[in-house]
Amino acid sequence: MVATSGAARLRPGRTRRTPAADQLQAGSALALGISTLWFSLLVLIPLAAVVAAAAADGWSDFWNVLTSSQTAAAIVLTVTQALMVTAVNVVMGTALAWVLVRDRFWGRRALDIVVDVPFALPTIVAGLVLLALYGQNSPVGVNVANTRFAVFLALAFVTLPFVVRTVQPVLEALEPEVEEAAQSLGASRVTTFRRVILPALVPAITAGAALSFARGISEYGSLVLLSGNLPNHTEVASVRVLTYIENGNRAAAASVSAVLLVVALLAIIALDLLQRRLRRHEG
Amino acid sequence: MSIRATNVTKTFGDFVALDDVTVDLPTGHLTALLGPSGGGKSTLLRIIAGLDTADSGTVEIEGVEASHLPPQKRNVGFVFQHYAAFKHMSVAKNVAFGLEIRKRKKADIDAKVKELLELVHLSQFADRMPSQLSGGQRQRMALARALAVEPSVLLLDEPFGALDAQVRKELRDWLRRLHDEIPVTTVFVTHDQEEALEVADEIVVINHGRVEQVGTPDEVYHQPANDFVMSFLGPTTTLNGSAVRPHDIDVFNQPVAGPAVEGTLTELKRIGFDVRATIDTAGGEHVTVHLTRTHADERGLDVGQRVWIVTSAERRPVAQTGLA
Ligand SMILES: Nc1ncnc2c1ncn2[C@@H]1O[C@H](COP(=O)(O)OP(=O)(O)O)[C@@H](O)[C@H]1O
Ligand SMILES: [Mg+2]
Repeated sequence: MVATSGAARLRPGRTRRTPAADQLQAGSALALGISTLWFSLLVLIPLAAVVAAAAADGWSDFWNVLTSSQTAAAIVLTVTQALMVTAVNVVMGTALAWVLVRDRFWGRRALDIVVDVPFALPTIVAGLVLLALYGQNSPVGVNVANTRFAVFLALAFVTLPFVVRTVQPVLEALEPEVEEAAQSLGASRVTTFRRVILPALVPAITAGAALSFARGISEYGSLVLLSGNLPNHTEVASVRVLTYIENGNRAAAASVSAVLLVVALLAIIALDLLQRRLRRHEG
Repeated sequence: MSIRATNVTKTFGDFVALDDVTVDLPTGHLTALLGPSGGGKSTLLRIIAGLDTADSGTVEIEGVEASHLPPQKRNVGFVFQHYAAFKHMSVAKNVAFGLEIRKRKKADIDAKVKELLELVHLSQFADRMPSQLSGGQRQRMALARALAVEPSVLLLDEPFGALDAQVRKELRDWLRRLHDEIPVTTVFVTHDQEEALEVADEIVVINHGRVEQVGTPDEVYHQPANDFVMSFLGPTTTLNGSAVRPHDIDVFNQPVAGPAVEGTLTELKRIGFDVRATIDTAGGEHVTVHLTRTHADERGLDVGQRVWIVTSAERRPVAQTGLA
């Protein structure tokens, strides 16, 4: 597009650099340096170490670990359950955020606080709670112990707040006028939600989904009691990792970890691409 | 009458925002709802659009009783102070929104959007996102979006309120020209009397949820119905106990025939081409007079002089004021 006077008005013209501007630039360079260092120490170096450890005994060992049927089953179970829970969170989390922001009902404030509880609880405590509630001696008569549904339930429990808490502030910040404008232009409530509100929420929903999925594939404490860790049935990847470590097979543990890492990265990239696609579609 | 609100009352809790308001707004006119902040202007506009519901009273649009119609069915274009842009849609998509809702043919929509973007001078910005536009441009986009559905009435709530003085002035001249081109019945809310006087065919003055006066800019300015309208529409000063416009008073440095008031010129301020004189009368009033520079120079005025002041008879207001 050709630059126009309007565009020129938006961007202030180039001005000569003042000493203050130079200082500011030096300041932000320093901030960038520190952030990069911090990020490297905390994230990049450990990640690289995991990948290096996985490859330590050579790629054939790496491959053997992953294709052993028990480990493969654990990884598949972990990823499918995390995906299912994330899909449920996208819908239920958005609905819950909507209710918390838009509806006025008795106990709303209490609910608003309770939403964080699954996240705030130490995961093993969450696991105990779930076992007590949905285990063999369930007071509510629901026994899901040692089933795949136990994995789903535990993941759903601990990842509940993610989508709610990313969507809620965006929903609160939406101007009511935008919806009124849509209605005045003839859009029904459903159309207004689909064409105006939902697109505004998509980035937040995506971010919440990414967090929820990442937490899902790495979860251990909340599901370890209720799921029973039955090999080839309810055993998840993180349990496999721990077993390998307990058996002194660090390279195998690192191999499974590296796969989880790649899956998490792929999920984040996929969600980002999806979000861009949706935006382009709307725009 | 294009818009008729009859006996509209609206309360928020104990607070009466609109108190038995009745107004008739004629077809094809550009009407200003003018009044101080909190007077109920937005509430009235929103009730006309169906975005709020009145406690009692009725709204008719183009002869159709609309009180029970939802906003979708009123065929009203609404423009908000803060643009209410659909931020995730391009400028063209924003404008097309109402037409897409109405399931018009793609080719018709494209043609209409193109025409409207030309009208609001945004053709080269069609593919931009609203965040890449200036405030004035965003508001023009909002106007095009509202006009796209060919509304029977166009309602604008302080459309220039969020813009800086320069752009505000440009846009209000532009709105006036646009209305002359496309004479859709338009009502705009403003608390700026200059804006109302400059742009509107007709002004409805609203204060404390009541209509104070309805009239042309000339009428409300020169024949204000009461003290409130008098003082809200422009500057006032008190002469012989009456509120008078400072530029409706003439000053002479020698006695004149007729009912002149004698006094001393105590202050003479020159602000560009305007001259503001203060005269202390024998009766103890401090009268402010606004003159043009040429006029003041002709009269040969100087501080400390004895002067005689007269109101321009044909411009004498109907209002009488006790205290002011
Ligand atoms: N939704 C609302 N709830 C409570 N009070 C309101 C609401 N909307 C408007 N009001 C009150 O009604 C009065 C009139 O408001 P408004 O119509 O916005 O005035 P104006 O547009 O003339 O500034 C104000 O005192 C405002 O505080
Ligand atoms: Mg208002």
